[in-house]
Amino acid sequence: MSVSSAFNDEKGGSSSVGEPEYGHDPASGGIFSSDYKRHDDLKEMLDSNKDSLKLEAMKRIVAMIARGKNASDLFPAVVKNVACKNIEVKKLVYVYLVRYAEEQQDLALLSISTFQRGLKDPNQLIRASALRVLSSIRVTIIVPIMMLAIKEAASDMSPYVRKTAAHAIPKLYSLDPEQKDQLIEVIEKLLADKTTLVAGSVVMAFEEVCPERIDLIHKNYRKLCNLLIDVEEWGQVVIINMLTRYARTQFLNPNINESLLEEGSGGEKAFYGSDDDEDEDEEEKEKKAEAMAMAKRKPYVMDPDHRLLLRNTKPLLQSRNAAVVMAVAQLYFHLAPKAEVGVIAKALVRLLRSHSEVQYVVLQNVATMTIKRRGMFEPYLKSFYIRSTDPTQIKVLKLEVLTNLANETNISTILREFQTYIKSMDKDFVAATIQAIGRCATNIGEVRDTCLNGLVQLLSNRDELVVAESVVVIKKLLQMQPEKHSDIIKHMAKLTDNIQVPMARASILWLIGEYCEHVPKIAPDVLRKMAKSFTNEEDIVKLQIINLAAKLYLTNSKQTKLLTQYVLNLAKYDQNYDIRDRARFIRQLIVPTEKSGALSKYAKKLFLALKPAPVLESPFKDRDHFQLGSLSHLLNAKAGGYQELPDWPEAAPDPSVRNVEVKESVPEWTKCSSREKRREKKVEKPFYSDSEGESGPTESADSESDSASGSESGSGSGEESGSGSQMLSFSVTVKSYELLHRITGEGLSVEYCFSRQPFSSDANMVAVQMQFTNNSTSETKSLHMEDVKLQSGMRVKEFAEIESLPAGESATAVMGIDFCDSTQAANFQLTHTRKFFVSIQPPVGELMQPVFLTENEFKKEQGQLMGMNEITEKLTLDIKCRNEHAIVQRVTTTANLSRVPCGSDKECRFAGRTVTSGSLVLVTVVTKDEGATQLTVNCEKMVIGTMLVKDILLALTQ
Amino acid sequence: MIHSLFLINQSGDIFLEKHWKSVIGRSVCDYFFEAKEKAVDPENVAPVLQTPHHYLISILRGKLFFLSVIQTEVPPLFVIEFLHRVADTFQDYFGDCSEGVIKDNLVTVYELLEEMLDNGFPLATESNVLKEMIRPPTILRSVVNTLTGGSNVGDTLPTGQLSNIPWRRAGVKYTNNEAYFDVIEEIDAILDKSGTTVCAEIQGVIEACVRLTGMPDLTLSFMNPRLLDDVSFHPCVRFKRWESERVLSFIPPDGNFTLMTYHVSSQNLVAIPVYVKQNISFFETGPCGRLDITIGPKQTMGKTVEGLMVTIHMPKAVLSANLTATQGNYSYDLATKVLVWDIGKLNPQKLPNLRGSLSMQAGVPRPEENPSLNIELKIQQLAISGLKVSRLDMYGEKYKPFKGVKYVTKAGKFQVRT
Repeated sequence: MSVSSAFNDEKGGSSSVGEPEYGHDPASGGIFSSDYKRHDDLKEMLDSNKDSLKLEAMKRIVAMIARGKNASDLFPAVVKNVACKNIEVKKLVYVYLVRYAEEQQDLALLSISTFQRGLKDPNQLIRASALRVLSSIRVTIIVPIMMLAIKEAASDMSPYVRKTAAHAIPKLYSLDPEQKDQLIEVIEKLLADKTTLVAGSVVMAFEEVCPERIDLIHKNYRKLCNLLIDVEEWGQVVIINMLTRYARTQFLNPNINESLLEEGSGGEKAFYGSDDDEDEDEEEKEKKAEAMAMAKRKPYVMDPDHRLLLRNTKPLLQSRNAAVVMAVAQLYFHLAPKAEVGVIAKALVRLLRSHSEVQYVVLQNVATMTIKRRGMFEPYLKSFYIRSTDPTQIKVLKLEVLTNLANETNISTILREFQTYIKSMDKDFVAATIQAIGRCATNIGEVRDTCLNGLVQLLSNRDELVVAESVVVIKKLLQMQPEKHSDIIKHMAKLTDNIQVPMARASILWLIGEYCEHVPKIAPDVLRKMAKSFTNEEDIVKLQIINLAAKLYLTNSKQTKLLTQYVLNLAKYDQNYDIRDRARFIRQLIVPTEKSGALSKYAKKLFLALKPAPVLESPFKDRDHFQLGSLSHLLNAKAGGYQELPDWPEAAPDPSVRNVEVKESVPEWTKCSSREKRREKKVEKPFYSDSEGESGPTESADSESDSASGSESGSGSGEESGSGSQMLSFSVTVKSYELLHRITGEGLSVEYCFSRQPFSSDANMVAVQMQFTNNSTSETKSLHMEDVKLQSGMRVKEFAEIESLPAGESATAVMGIDFCDSTQAANFQLTHTRKFFVSIQPPVGELMQPVFLTENEFKKEQGQLMGMNEITEKLTLDIKCRNEHAIVQRVTTTANLSRVPCGSDKECRFAGRTVTSGSLVLVTVVTKDEGATQLTVNCEKMVIGTMLVKDILLALTQ
Repeated sequence: MIHSLFLINQSGDIFLEKHWKSVIGRSVCDYFFEAKEKAVDPENVAPVLQTPHHYLISILRGKLFFLSVIQTEVPPLFVIEFLHRVADTFQDYFGDCSEGVIKDNLVTVYELLEEMLDNGFPLATESNVLKEMIRPPTILRSVVNTLTGGSNVGDTLPTGQLSNIPWRRAGVKYTNNEAYFDVIEEIDAILDKSGTTVCAEIQGVIEACVRLTGMPDLTLSFMNPRLLDDVSFHPCVRFKRWESERVLSFIPPDGNFTLMTYHVSSQNLVAIPVYVKQNISFFETGPCGRLDITIGPKQTMGKTVEGLMVTIHMPKAVLSANLTATQGNYSYDLATKVLVWDIGKLNPQKLPNLRGSLSMQAGVPRPEENPSLNIELKIQQLAISGLKVSRLDMYGEKYKPFKGVKYVTKAGKFQVRT
């Protein structure tokens, strides 16, 4: 039996569904393996009415999921229990749903209504977990429902639910990127949130959805800086990384004067230097002088906001969380003035005590930092000494850091340390050490000879790898001053008899060929030996033998002519085409024939040209163009979703964008929300408030609790006034919504309402009436709309351009929008001399128009819209609306429906059709005693139905 | 952020998988297995691996690999730190973090993972908050639950989640109110052949066990806070107070936690408690080598050195060891080539000595380097740096708690090169 295939099958393909699972583990029901149909016992347990049995079954199912076994065939049985009262069963069902909903979309829809109910639960944990699960079910159909739920949760009074809403944003975005614009609105709203709980999560959402909208941060920048210390650790990391990027776009380079002066001094030297290059870079010099003068004239002053960021992140270097420490360290590295960067060294060195994985990442970053700012780690040199028990990758990284830190003063200690490393048993590490010695030798001239001698001693090492590595490094060092070291070259020539490592052999051959003048006697002999063993060599060695032959032929053709011919003939028939090619090419070049071209005259020049010595560079050089601490930096390759760290701006953008305006007119309706807030305020007081020196979040958060939020700084007002529920007090029959607040509109304010008139030119459009008011002191001219952004299928009929709107006057205009029966927003720009981004989002009730039906027709239609198309909710009516009139008034206010005449006064019926597709919408409200009421909505479009139920429910219960 | 998590045991079996976004097939782990194969030693596997479509970030805890799958840019330390936090939570809940324990508590583990991350972003990682949502399993509770049908899952939002002190749960009650602090210092040192110190530093940690009723606000002060050069704190410690007054002021979490870690400034000379006289030599002729190690007390501040143990990673060529120890036992593991000499208490009158011969594989050249000695030791009631807690005060509650401070010095990464 293909037991293994059943075990390995993760996707839950249908192939294994009917197969029995044999009892490899008791938890998955293996003991019942005599049953041919698997999981029957589990299904039975799930269907029972005992919670303990259900729980047991769910536990076994979750254990199967955890092991990666397929449990998808239990979906119908599990989903039934989604409304189970037992909280643990419920949670486990959620786990199951999130895992399998994507595969069984249709069945998953059955559970949606439970979550929607959960979203209204008085218990915030249940509200939050309903939203969590709802947003984790990756089913495209429910995108509108998710959107609605997120929007609602974003204004929930519980910060925990708001946090969950922030988490849900990236989930929805990954499911349907089309929702971006609407999600940005929610993000904007949540960014204004003042609780530490939400801050980290919403910045995370910001980073995933719209990292380019740096403008959303302006108003929240200072708040984020001040709240930072109280945010939970993970949020801190995300916020700090984002603020690093932000600061790079908004502030000036604090080291600008320094770099200018450095450049300047270079320029000066040229100025006093020789005369002939004067006219060449005259211009350049002028530029530099100008820059210098600029620097002198305008001394750098750090933006106070820049300082605020540096000051508020510094204490976090003391965090227990390595990721936070690293985040602050990279912030200082990228943003702080040179003199202040040093503080991070101590904290980073501390992290080296942590788990080896942490060490690995930290060392990578330290390696990059040491290249730019060596001085700051020099005092901690000894912390990078290597222990024999370190894992190899840590050893290599420490070696890298030690090499970067080496300078004239400490080189002797470092070399002594390296000597002990060379004896290590870990050969990869020894090889790396030899490389490191090579680099020290090239960088620090004083010790070059010492290093070279040491390396030559290693040539007699017993381990071949060590010798080979030394040869390679010696080759590089010798290239710097070959004439002094012919004895070393001789010594190496002897080694060809013993060393087998191809790279080392190739290096020796190259050296002999290159410096054959220094070893005129030995070189031909080496070639003779090599010619003998040519066929058995590795390709890389063969190539160098050909090179050696060519060079000897050119310098000493008498002795080597025959040998060279022989080698070239061997190469001509080699299996490797590179070698054959090379042989052919070289023969043409060096052996003069009638046919040979002009090039052969220059063969000597070609082969024996002076070659520049290689520069031994750290692999970490220039890695700092990646933001430190990032995955991309670690891999030295751009990872998906990486945001480039921008260069400092030439001139600082306007700092006033970060000023948070004091709200002048806080409308009355914020009162109710501020009362809600007050309830939470008690727990919201920042923990560090007592120690916070300056006007941080503390004061603002506190003051908010006693007075209305009017006195407090923040930018929440704009959004709050926009949300529909608070506009209820205005409502008569037609609600009006704000499109543009007069502060954001710079004097222009716009309100709009759904006039419920049929839009004359297009029957599929909803008419939107807009009222423009000019509150500024000057006339506004040619006001029109442009740059309309719509979801696919939607259309807009623009309003006629308003020629002029004098100060203090108002004007109205009507536009038509075809929403395609969805609550997607229509986004566009209002344009006169300035541009404003605005968006109109219809409440679901405005997407329909009334139709007139008789009671019989109504019942007939209703009969055809049963089952999935019918949604029923029970509710208790608000005291004030326990009469027919009130119900009709509230329902028709919520939705553009007409009443269906009927006999009983206990029943109210309403009917309408959606504007675009003309699907019927039928609403029935049946009242019983004590305000108990049943609300039924029948609609072919389930999504519209669900949303409508929600809205009517809200209208009737408030 | 974190897309999926796989738990993998030493033999390379995936015994748990959890996905926070859509499901990623197990085959992604093959890249990891490949790297593991190459690395020979499990600790040599690079923590961050790149595959064509994903990035793999893994940690090794105990004998388990926690392997997370990442799709987009994320700070690697963020993931590593989180994975360690997961392992810490398991340790905290089940007393151990091993394959057996995790398999036994698979459902609780799964519930924990579900609470700790949402969509790959950490949601609740404080143990106090988690314990209110998902109660740790105890025998008593599981018996009660089977009888009453109760559950291990809380149905209200833990208060900690909303407050600015998420680490402490509300409504804590004890009949005995106690607060214990362990000051543990570790000496990291490298000594060279002749016994001179190549480098040495002291790292300290204060582990606390606080069982106090209500919302106590504690203040811990030191006699000599100047000793502390670099510190890191549990989030509960008010940093501003430390900066201005050098006292630790905090509302503690309930239960066990690490209050702070510190580093003693390197200006102070570090006292090395023991000296080691060693002579390990391998002869060129004849398949044998000789080993002779003696350990004696050096600067112990008049205290006894306990738990002395020497570990040596021998070269591969050493086949067996024929030694005699004047004190304690030694063992030589043939497979891993590790020689362990467990000495116990150090008696200054009669110094422990281990000597004898090592037999080598014939025909293999003499090892280049002598193996270095790793030393473990423990000294009770001594903080080697001289750090002393002067007092502990409690505000905010009326009762009198029982307070205790204990000092221990240990060898950290203490290595003698030979």
